[in-house]
Amino acid sequence: MPPLFPPRSNFIARASLIALPILVVAIVVGLVLYGASSAVTQVGVPVAQPVPFPHTFHVTAVKLDCRYCHASVDKSSFADLPPTETCMTCHSQILLASPNLIPVHESWESGQPIQWTKVNQLADFVFFNHEIHVNKGVGCETCHGRVDQMTTDVKENSFYMAWCLDCHRNPEKFLRPVEEVMTMGYQPAENQLVVGAKLVKDYEILPASQLINCSICHR
Amino acid sequence: METAHNNLLVEPGHSNASITEKITHIPLTTIRKTSRGWILGFLISFLGMMVFLFAVTILFIRGVGIWGINIPVGWAFAITSFVWWIGIGHAGTLISAILLLFRQNWRTSINRFAEAMTLFAVANAALFPILHLGRPQYFYTLFPYPNIYSLWPNFRSPLVWDVFAITTYALVSLLFWYMGLVPDLSTMRDKAKNVFARRIYGMMSLGWRNSIRHWHHYQSVYFLLAVLATPLVISVHSIVSVDFAYGIVPGWHSTIFPPYFVAGAVFSGFAMVLTLMIPLRSFFKWKGMITDRHLDLMAKIMLSVGLVVAYGYITELFEAFYSGNAMTIFNITDRASGYYSPLYWTLIACNVLVPQLLWSKKVRSAPLVLFVISLLINVGMWVERFVIIVQGLSKDFMPSAWAVFNPTIWDILTFVGTIGVFLTLLFLFVRLLPAISIFEMRELVHHEATHADKDTQPLHLESLGNEGGRDGLIPGK
Repeated sequence: MPPLFPPRSNFIARASLIALPILVVAIVVGLVLYGASSAVTQVGVPVAQPVPFPHTFHVTAVKLDCRYCHASVDKSSFADLPPTETCMTCHSQILLASPNLIPVHESWESGQPIQWTKVNQLADFVFFNHEIHVNKGVGCETCHGRVDQMTTDVKENSFYMAWCLDCHRNPEKFLRPVEEVMTMGYQPAENQLVVGAKLVKDYEILPASQLINCSICHR
Repeated sequence: METAHNNLLVEPGHSNASITEKITHIPLTTIRKTSRGWILGFLISFLGMMVFLFAVTILFIRGVGIWGINIPVGWAFAITSFVWWIGIGHAGTLISAILLLFRQNWRTSINRFAEAMTLFAVANAALFPILHLGRPQYFYTLFPYPNIYSLWPNFRSPLVWDVFAITTYALVSLLFWYMGLVPDLSTMRDKAKNVFARRIYGMMSLGWRNSIRHWHHYQSVYFLLAVLATPLVISVHSIVSVDFAYGIVPGWHSTIFPPYFVAGAVFSGFAMVLTLMIPLRSFFKWKGMITDRHLDLMAKIMLSVGLVVAYGYITELFEAFYSGNAMTIFNITDRASGYYSPLYWTLIACNVLVPQLLWSKKVRSAPLVLFVISLLINVGMWVERFVIIVQGLSKDFMPSAWAVFNPTIWDILTFVGTIGVFLTLLFLFVRLLPAISIFEMRELVHHEATHADKDTQPLHLESLGNEGGRDGLIPGK
């Protein structure tokens, strides 16, 4: 009777002993890398808008304060998107011929709001409050990046829960004085941990044990 | 002569070759010659499996609200069936591990089957904790893995311990079972005529050649696994019992639960082994290998753990009145006279009264009676878990939150369906793999032939046989 398995089965058996664990590890590592990639997180992926709004021009050249348009950011849980009226305060007189502004004028004529695309969209079971962060010294830049350099809107961070908790556990690493919250390109002090710890104390920021409680966000 | 015969674990006249032939014959039958009985049984079981898949599909589409559960009684059929199935699995490990540690050579002809039963019962049991979740698609959050939420399971919950207990138990049972199969798969490989079958069994037997070094390692690992599996089996069902014992529900919060549940598990598990073994051994004509002595010994174990279970019932009763706690006393009286009292008395009849028949040698040596008793115990143990879970929940501290549970058709179909899944797997197992451990039976034949007078003599690896092995000759014999 011929042998049941040819000699090369020895190689296959041994190779599969090595290959199977490698395959399993590769799948796990691959999934983790994919999960962290921009394909999933959408970090750094430009988002198209009905009106190509260049933040960089309005912040750098026009030198608008963030709150000129996002007016409720330090008063409300929701940092509002400016209504068409805000655009029209200038654009009823400026750049009237620009084709980019056609949707703005149409919106003004019709009364229908512009359908902006949200870049940072949290799930509805997360109750994020802008006002508390702005008033406790979390700069716009910390979460949203250098908006003053964005020609198109880009998501700067994953906004994953682990990312939020990283700061809620150690806020002193990220805090800045409230006066500097709107500053783009703010240079943190060299002794950030000391400054941050003082700010935590001054702003009466809750200890981490309370800041990572479910009811802080998931109400 | 007749009594001496009754004490044998293997029919006289069996040789290594005849044992091998008798066991390998079933898996190696060609498809066309498959027995009608098997086909019929498989089809019925498969129908049961389809019922299960149907019930689960509807469950996934419409949610757990299709079951009869309500707000006070959030756990009912699913958890009852979960505990029942996991309990059934425990006899397999008891037979294969604990009896091995005690060098009970009567475990030989039943261990493979019992281990398979364990695996399939655990597979069924493991379904229920997932099925009874409102959002079963998120079951994986029960595993501790680094995630984007920076969130871990709550390790204080016995339900999380269940996850670890069951996954470990399933894995160790699978390893134990597969390890036991390896030498037998090599026999199958060598006995099979069909090249495809030879290849499959050949791959599964991992190149087993019956060498003395193989056997040496094998024996060490097998005992090690038995040593590991023994505390595992006791802790797994204890953890399951803690699902209830940790609760403050009257009728749940009791320190007797862990040992009492384990006893109940062994009780129902042995009952299930008997329920399945008695018809199978007459269908496949295994009476020469699974003798009346085996049934007798299994019945004795069943009786002894049955007494532990009865002790548990008595202790619960005593504790309740001894505690002087109005709620606990109410719980016990409600159990005996309330809405679920017919079930309570059913369980007392099935689990306490009926097993007392097992004191009689006559009963223990009548397979048909044993079969009926074991069926009744299976029923009784299911009802026991149901009464503990549902009766306690339905009437607890606040009378304004009292409600009874009545099952819907989906509760019933899901549970009945799992029996179909179980039997389907079992039929496939019996058809495709040696349902009795061939090499251990050969060892037993040798043992019976040489040391029949000294029953306590531990088993040796003297006679593992070269039946089908290429270099099975063991030196030093």
